[in-house]
Amino acid sequence: MGTEKIIFYIFAFIVVFGATMVISVRNPVKAALYLVLTFFASAAIWLLLEAEFLAIVLVLVYVGAVMVLFVFVVMMLDINVARLKEGFIRYLPLGIGVAVLMAVMMIMVVGPEYFGLDKIAAPERHGADYNNIREIGGILYTVYVYPFEIAAVILLVAIVAAIVLTLRRRPNTRQQRPEEQIAVKRGERVRMVKMSAEERK
Amino acid sequence: MIEWIQSVFSILPEALQTLVVILLKIVAIVLPLMLCVAYLTYAERKIIGAMQVRLGPTRVGPRGLLQPIADAVKLMFKEIVIPAGANKLLFIIAPILSIGPALAAWAVIPFDVELVLADINAGLLYVLAVTSIGVYGVIIAGWASNSKYALLGTMRAAAQIVSYEIAMGFALVGVLMASGSLNLGEIVAAQSGSFFHWFWLPLLPLFFIYFISAVAETNRAPFDVAEGESELVAGFHVEYSGMVFAVFFLAEYANMILVSGLAVIMFLGGWLSPFQGLPQAVFSIPLLGAVLDNGIHWFLIKISVFLFLFLWFRATFPRYRYDQIMRLGWKVFIPVTIVWLLLLGVAVLAGLPPWFDAV
Repeated sequence: MGTEKIIFYIFAFIVVFGATMVISVRNPVKAALYLVLTFFASAAIWLLLEAEFLAIVLVLVYVGAVMVLFVFVVMMLDINVARLKEGFIRYLPLGIGVAVLMAVMMIMVVGPEYFGLDKIAAPERHGADYNNIREIGGILYTVYVYPFEIAAVILLVAIVAAIVLTLRRRPNTRQQRPEEQIAVKRGERVRMVKMSAEERK
Repeated sequence: MIEWIQSVFSILPEALQTLVVILLKIVAIVLPLMLCVAYLTYAERKIIGAMQVRLGPTRVGPRGLLQPIADAVKLMFKEIVIPAGANKLLFIIAPILSIGPALAAWAVIPFDVELVLADINAGLLYVLAVTSIGVYGVIIAGWASNSKYALLGTMRAAAQIVSYEIAMGFALVGVLMASGSLNLGEIVAAQSGSFFHWFWLPLLPLFFIYFISAVAETNRAPFDVAEGESELVAGFHVEYSGMVFAVFFLAEYANMILVSGLAVIMFLGGWLSPFQGLPQAVFSIPLLGAVLDNGIHWFLIKISVFLFLFLWFRATFPRYRYDQIMRLGWKVFIPVTIVWLLLLGVAVLAGLPPWFDAV
């Protein structure tokens, strides 16, 4: 138990540190990279909970795909930090009010009287042959099959919507059509001319 | 000497003993790997040289065999130039982020039946997740070096890697459907039988797509627009010199070996011998039998074949244009994989022999 606790505290510290840096660091690219660190450390904590499938998928999806696109977009933006900071003092009271309200709401929902160790027991420890993926698959495709399918359809709609939003045809753009390029015949491009050699002048 | 080591070892607490054993295993994998990387650069220069009717390196050592060592020593003694206005910390972290995943993924690669560092049940997912982190090395390198060429190279590399990762992932879904397991050892075991039991045959389109995507993922020719010498000087690592450049170089070659190894495990039966299925008497011939039988040597031979393909591609194909790369990834590979996954689903459900009747 000793080493496990130490590992937990190390990664928990990294998560909290990373999350704090995400909102406090000035450079947006650095903020995104700290978010990557936070995700990675959270995945390690999930591993301690024996949720190895979810931990690996967190790294695969969020670190490997979502955050790559985040960093990609943020790198190309030229964000004016000074203008973003305008009115920071003026809106500070309102901001503090909203933050306090959110903190109170969170404590009401996930406070110690609902989330304490006596309410939700520590998960049962399984042996090395326990297959977390099989368990998740079994429950996802039987008990939760409809929510799962509905979530998939919603994601599909979101993908189609995002593509439609970016799809605009400008009249003057030229596009490559590989199927036409492949179908080209020699006779359409080159004209063979038969002529006798010209006399040298 | 050995007794002394044993006595010291037994004094250590149990947790420390496991740690020492794991560290030794890691060294036993990484050291030969680094040696392979060094001699892969030598093989590349020799093979491409032969294809272009040149000699390649001949001067350092017999037949130029010490050339990689000389290169490494030279790079170690060169100055690491950190460009003005670069982000120092990220500039140094970038090459580490690029080689770290390439080495970490070897933890789950099975070399033989029992020869694997970490035999985890989600091995395939682990490999996918870990290799997807490698792209950060490229992204951070381009951004931290404060250079236009590096940033342009990064943009290309990141978009290309993210696009081809999808096709690669779909190809791996096919493997996982065919074998019914995410454990790399079990994937190999599911292919045992004979040469025709390996998954290259029922998954032929996925096999081709996986390997082409792997070439694109590692930013090798003909998909090396991220470097694109004629356009971007050297792409994301223009500003790197000395050892930090060497680390990027090592990462590229280590990744080549890794994706070749994965292709072998998933489509060509890993350590399984192509002569499996011959009468048992053949394998009891003293020396020849051991060579023909399953073993780590088959794994290494198959990896070498793929590595040769990498070098052959580089010597043969002209570089793809950027928009054509994107078209190939999104409009050709992804639809083909989806269609093949549907067909594969039907085949698995029907228990198509000889591959899926056992599942």
